[in-house]
Amino acid sequence: MAIEIKMPALSPTMEEGTLAKWLVKEGDTVKSGDIMAEIETDKATMEFEAVDEGTIGKILIAEGSDNVKVGTVIATLIAEGEDASAEAPTTDDAAKIEERAGDSANAQPKEEQPADQAANQPEGTTPTKVESGAQQLFEASKHGAEIADPALPEGTEMVKLTLREALRDAMAEEMRQDDRVFVMGEEVAEYQGAYKVTQGLLEEFGDKRVIDTPITEYGFAGVGTGAAMGGLRPIVEFMTFNFAMQAIDHIVNSAAKTNYMSGGQMRCPIVFRGPNGAASRVGAQHSQNYGPWYASVPGLIVIAPYDAADAKGLLKAAIRSQDPVVFLENELLYGRTFEVPKLDDYVLPIGKARIMREGSDVTIVSYSIGVGLALEAAEELAKQGVEAEVIDLRTLRPLDKAAVLKSLKKTNRLVVAEEGWATCSIASEIVSICMEEGFDDLDAPVLRVANEDVPLPYAANLEKLALLSSAKIVATVQKIL
Amino acid sequence: MAKAPARTIDPPAPNRERPAEPQLYQASKDELLEFYRQMLLIRRFEEKAGQLYGLGLIGGFCHLYIGQEAVAVGLQSALSDKDSVITGYRDHGHMLLCGIPPRDVMAELTGRQAGISKGKGGSMHMFSVEHKFYGGHGIVGAQVSLGTGLGFSHKYKGDGGVCLAYFGDGASNQGQVYESFNMAELWKLPVIYVIENNQYAMGTSVNRSSAEDQLYRRGESFRIPGIQIDGMDVLAARGAAEEALAWVRAGKGPIILEMKTYRYRGHSMSDPAKYRSREEVQAVRDKSDPIEHCKKLLEAEGVTEADLKVIDQEIRRQVNDAADFAETAPEPDASELYTDVLVETY
Repeated sequence: MAIEIKMPALSPTMEEGTLAKWLVKEGDTVKSGDIMAEIETDKATMEFEAVDEGTIGKILIAEGSDNVKVGTVIATLIAEGEDASAEAPTTDDAAKIEERAGDSANAQPKEEQPADQAANQPEGTTPTKVESGAQQLFEASKHGAEIADPALPEGTEMVKLTLREALRDAMAEEMRQDDRVFVMGEEVAEYQGAYKVTQGLLEEFGDKRVIDTPITEYGFAGVGTGAAMGGLRPIVEFMTFNFAMQAIDHIVNSAAKTNYMSGGQMRCPIVFRGPNGAASRVGAQHSQNYGPWYASVPGLIVIAPYDAADAKGLLKAAIRSQDPVVFLENELLYGRTFEVPKLDDYVLPIGKARIMREGSDVTIVSYSIGVGLALEAAEELAKQGVEAEVIDLRTLRPLDKAAVLKSLKKTNRLVVAEEGWATCSIASEIVSICMEEGFDDLDAPVLRVANEDVPLPYAANLEKLALLSSAKIVATVQKIL
Repeated sequence: MAKAPARTIDPPAPNRERPAEPQLYQASKDELLEFYRQMLLIRRFEEKAGQLYGLGLIGGFCHLYIGQEAVAVGLQSALSDKDSVITGYRDHGHMLLCGIPPRDVMAELTGRQAGISKGKGGSMHMFSVEHKFYGGHGIVGAQVSLGTGLGFSHKYKGDGGVCLAYFGDGASNQGQVYESFNMAELWKLPVIYVIENNQYAMGTSVNRSSAEDQLYRRGESFRIPGIQIDGMDVLAARGAAEEALAWVRAGKGPIILEMKTYRYRGHSMSDPAKYRSREEVQAVRDKSDPIEHCKKLLEAEGVTEADLKVIDQEIRRQVNDAADFAETAPEPDASELYTDVLVETY
């Protein structure tokens, strides 16, 4: 029987990819280790090797096809002595795949196919991806804001951009404007970014301004901070904020406190940025939300955007700020496409929350990837006749208390949804604010809904149990109605 | 058993360029007088700070530079105004040499509004952007990465400046020092790393804490050359600075100067210094005091006791003025509590 060669998953978050190039043709013999094709994910172009020996039977996906779902049969391999025409997948499937090729990045699966089922999955086979908690976060992040940002001029043209493109554009625009701005970090230059966020910057700005560092977080966080003290505008990328634990001394002791300790003489205009929070199935040491840690430090600005427009507008603001900024991104969101205003210089104010959905019955406050879950929960609650208002904090320090209290005054009920631990969290902070300054507006206790109070487990089912979900948000809201 | 072949004892040929052995600086009489004056200013300033601490006018931690004066005077006298200086918490002397008025430093020590940091920094956290003095850092070793960043900014801006980054024998065991060495050599940054080896990291002597106690060799695995210098001799320090600056300004990357020195006082004012004998301290004072050494050189140049007395009196007057100012200047206004946390308003 012919061996089915399937589209491989080449990264923890890869859902689909482009079959960039076939390096073999039908009838070629291959052996284990031969490179058969080049596959492009949203992060990188990877070589795809043969595992088995045999002859290439049929190539089912033409090169250049985009959005080929992981698990799709892309070719067949005939073992020695077999007939090439035997046992190829049905041509129906192949046709369907061809039809999908070239769809735009965020195309929804066609027909009645359920969204969570990989396209062209032959029936009865095991799905290539088990459902994990991060999967739920990722799915929920297809929800965009339901009302336009009031900061935008009416009639602004919008373009679709992925979050990673929006971040890259923000950096490139600021680097064009200000020679003092440079990017440093691990794999930011020649590799084009571990998560491809700095793609193309080396080419445009050269190696003086786009600098690969050794794996040395404490050291380069200090070098960046010193460069900021010396009058430059560094953007320091951490491959993830989990690794910034090695560098937290410089972020807190050197960057955050200098202006105060020097009586306002010595500035430290620096941006520390990178992915934060849970990614997909990467386990406890690679999945933590540091928002509450940094937000507890006076002297720091802490930003954690949800969508691409905010990511762009706020990163530009962060780079321009004279204060040190911790800019927390989310890996699961990097490949998500959102509408971004087509403006020459889109800069958002730091410290302003945003109403993502209006409602009158309850307020759900969240930030970063939690906003997607909150919007999904609001959708579910609407079906039950409950209108939830969803607030995206966007900046965690300084926190937009006024926006939270205003919404509380309107709905009289509030839940904070946080992808992170509840203990000593941003949610805890919001609860305090509501108690101290919004007590008279409360018709029910403010509740926190967050990740479980455990290190994040690896097993898909446990990860799902541990992470925040829209179902948990809905259940929490129901408790206070 | 076969006999091992006889080994030659020729020194190995260096496999890369190394800086020349520094020479004692040939100071003119005026320069020597200026070194003397600066060392004495630091000595008297620190003695006064110790007194004020005893009177309860200075609080917290206060680390005095007494005994180590020749290091900073020798090195900083060679800098130009393009260059930057950064150090740890034993910082008063380096600040005075950057040209920061003694009043501003002393008033910071007493926590007054007129202090260089408006009284919000204290002994360990002082800065002057105007004088290119970048701290004053309280975390052991932090200034090494930060100083490397200052070197990075000099190179990036192409301003021709060099960063003089001081740290102690204790800090030389911090991991970030080696992370910084690696990047500095990799990127050929203009940084002079100065290890002020005063023999004790708080109470732990160098040979109790350092597997390689010849600290000038600590850059070898990063290909950073190191030189060991008598840090009790101001002319040796200045000579080393000349060689180091020539190396760094020529674009050859960083260099390490290990300055062998000694602090007479405890690690901080609250250190009883039980880890060494009185005799040890006294022996250094008697044989190697940097100010006494300089005095002898001046006498050989024909400077009289009376000439030196004039300098001494002028310095005492300056230090007393700083102390009076620091004692009487008002404390910061309560409203200062909330200023300077952030630069901008959001």
